Amino acid sequence: MPAFVISEKCDGCKGQDKTACMYICPNDLMKLDKDRMKAYNQEYDACWECLCCAKICPQQAIDLRGYADFVPMGASCVPLRGSQDIMWTVKFRNGVLKRFKFPIRTNDEGSAVPDGGYGAGVDDINNPTYLFTEPASLDFLGTGADVPKLK
Amino acid sequence: MPNFETVEVTTDVLLIGGGMANCGAAVEAAHWAKKHGLKVTLVDKAAMDRSGAVAMGLSAINLYLGLAEGQNTCMDYVEYVRNDLMGIARDDLVYDIARHVDSTVHLFEKWGLPIWKAEDGSYLRESGRWQLMINGESYKIIVAEAAKNALGTENIYERVFIVEPLLDGDRIAGAVGFSTRENKIYVFRAKAVLCAMGGTVGVFRPRSNGEGLGRSWYPPFSTGSSAYFTIKAGAEMTCQEVRFIPVRFKDAYGPVGAWFLLFKSTATNADGEVYMVTNRDELAKWGRFGAVKPIPANLRNWLGMMDVSAGKGPIYMQTAEAIQNLAKKYEGDEKAFKKKMKHLEAEAWEDFLDMTIAQALLWAACDIEPEKKASEIAAAEPYFIGSHSGASGAWVSGSPDIAPDEYFWGYANMTTVKGLFAAGDASGASSHKFSSGSHAEGRIAGKWICKYALENPELPNVDPATVEAIKAKIVAPMARFEEFGGYGTTAEINPNYILPKQYMFRLQKLMDEYAGGYTSNFLTSKSLMEKGLEYLQLLKEDSDKLAARDLHELMRAWENYHRTFQAESHLVSLLFREETRWPGYYFRSDTPALDDNWEVFVNCKYDAANDSWEVFKKPIIRL
Repeated sequence: MPAFVISEKCDGCKGQDKTACMYICPNDLMKLDKDRMKAYNQEYDACWECLCCAKICPQQAIDLRGYADFVPMGASCVPLRGSQDIMWTVKFRNGVLKRFKFPIRTNDEGSAVPDGGYGAGVDDINNPTYLFTEPASLDFLGTGADVPKLK
Repeated sequence: MPNFETVEVTTDVLLIGGGMANCGAAVEAAHWAKKHGLKVTLVDKAAMDRSGAVAMGLSAINLYLGLAEGQNTCMDYVEYVRNDLMGIARDDLVYDIARHVDSTVHLFEKWGLPIWKAEDGSYLRESGRWQLMINGESYKIIVAEAAKNALGTENIYERVFIVEPLLDGDRIAGAVGFSTRENKIYVFRAKAVLCAMGGTVGVFRPRSNGEGLGRSWYPPFSTGSSAYFTIKAGAEMTCQEVRFIPVRFKDAYGPVGAWFLLFKSTATNADGEVYMVTNRDELAKWGRFGAVKPIPANLRNWLGMMDVSAGKGPIYMQTAEAIQNLAKKYEGDEKAFKKKMKHLEAEAWEDFLDMTIAQALLWAACDIEPEKKASEIAAAEPYFIGSHSGASGAWVSGSPDIAPDEYFWGYANMTTVKGLFAAGDASGASSHKFSSGSHAEGRIAGKWICKYALENPELPNVDPATVEAIKAKIVAPMARFEEFGGYGTTAEINPNYILPKQYMFRLQKLMDEYAGGYTSNFLTSKSLMEKGLEYLQLLKEDSDKLAARDLHELMRAWENYHRTFQAESHLVSLLFREETRWPGYYFRSDTPALDDNWEVFVNCKYDAANDSWEVFKKPIIRL
């Protein structure tokens, strides 16, 4: 199911130095046609269908069309990603419709603190046993734990 | 031919790749760098939010021990991993990852990753001994966020594809690459380099050759850059003969783990026979590994492949039966039964939507509701991956508080090249680290690489002539197209060059037919491999004629240089190991049995000056 851009909906992320889909595609597939101010998938047979492009598109201008070499026609699978959850609408070839909603994160975007609040533990670069948040980060529900070693 | 600007960046520690391993390394290295006054720089071929194998998301964490609660020990995990790989594993590396992985997962949770929990706050452990189920659509975004917050965006270069190592004698000195968006070549100079650029996809012919070419099980953008970088730097490699054949839902490669472990499903042939039962006697042929529990992944593959070869396919995952079984205890209470069925249905769909959206679409397109109809599963084409049930990668040092002396050379996760570290899919013989273990291994490497940079404070020298030669080599495919592109009227047909896509097809065809790909039923032999190497040599010579019409195609050209070295190291190692050890990964018809004399590592080293390989045995030292 290569991702494709719906002409009518895409505005080329005007005003930005690059489009959202160009920014995110892990395989460098999305490209802006500056004459038409529309993005397009420049190499559709290299598309992994991760839908990172569709999830980030501010216009919801990106959809999937099942891989023509093995997927029967007529189905669709559309994400709507918010800041806390994602909604999926799955339409079957026979018209059956299913909707699912799943959480995607438990806190606000941007709020991941590198040390997870554990602070620095055995703070010695020459110690081979402990990474910087350990042993505190090994603890779970107050059970306490130390990092095992053999020598 | 555009003019390429050269951007020079000097740093202390260079992290190449922005996937799970280097997101771990970034968080760890940033701490030690701040404390000791080092500069850490990360360079990624894509955007860190969605780069690497976790780009799409995942529905499970496949490695969590439960050390604090005493659920498993590190040695339990070591035993599981070495058995699954038929004895071929570095116990010390697996142990090191296992002892830190829980702390990595706890960090993920603090960073915002939703992990399935019981009412008392403990993690649900119903999905397998080592697994945790997650709502993992944004897994990579969350993990990258912590890494970016740790490093600072001013130290991160995105859309820069690193293609060649820089050396100062026997020490790493940096890396060279190019922007996939601007006409710029980047020359990074560093005291130490951590290579974590993923595994290799696209060496073997895939099952889908049309539009579905991109629907590989592992991502199509993992193209052998780790293997190439470490091989070209002169690092000793290990387990390059070990490929991974995932058995997955057919064609879209949706995950089967949750179906086997969470939904307790069985797989059968077309007649409903459970091949793991009917073919059980075969297990006795595979030494002590046929008797271990759980049965190694490659032997499970093998018993299924036997039925396929006998014409007993299609092979099915009995999804409907599994769901009905799980809902059975609610029968009679219609409301509770309906609720349970709805819950199971959502779990089944989330499993795909989180990590293989294509499979969800394929189900919808085939009108498959899993609770009503079974789905086909099949063996995919081979992949090279150090983090899952493969093992290929660089031979790295262990940690001094775990490893036997023979496996320790100064800094954990350092390759045999001074200052060059590897983690994730780039380091070998430490299988089954998956996403969480790759991150944990990145953290280990991230600490040790800072220690190395502190103890080796002088910036390595770089020969300007070498840099100029690499720069010319980088843009050569574009120069070639400019020189010859006008010769004919069809750009794709030109005797002066080969375009990356056709080059890739040539590689895939020869590997598939001579090195045991899926159309060869994963079967090969000495004679076939020797013939394959002949064709590979011709292809390698023709890599000098790769041409590119733009930066995007230049990226594809370099991806194929990289794949070629993964392919060659695979063939020379495969040829060297004169036995069949992983029958469900490949079968050697000339040496069709397991041979205890081969319970050793097969390592190899590339000699760039003579374009030759040295392949040799390394003993396995158990903990």
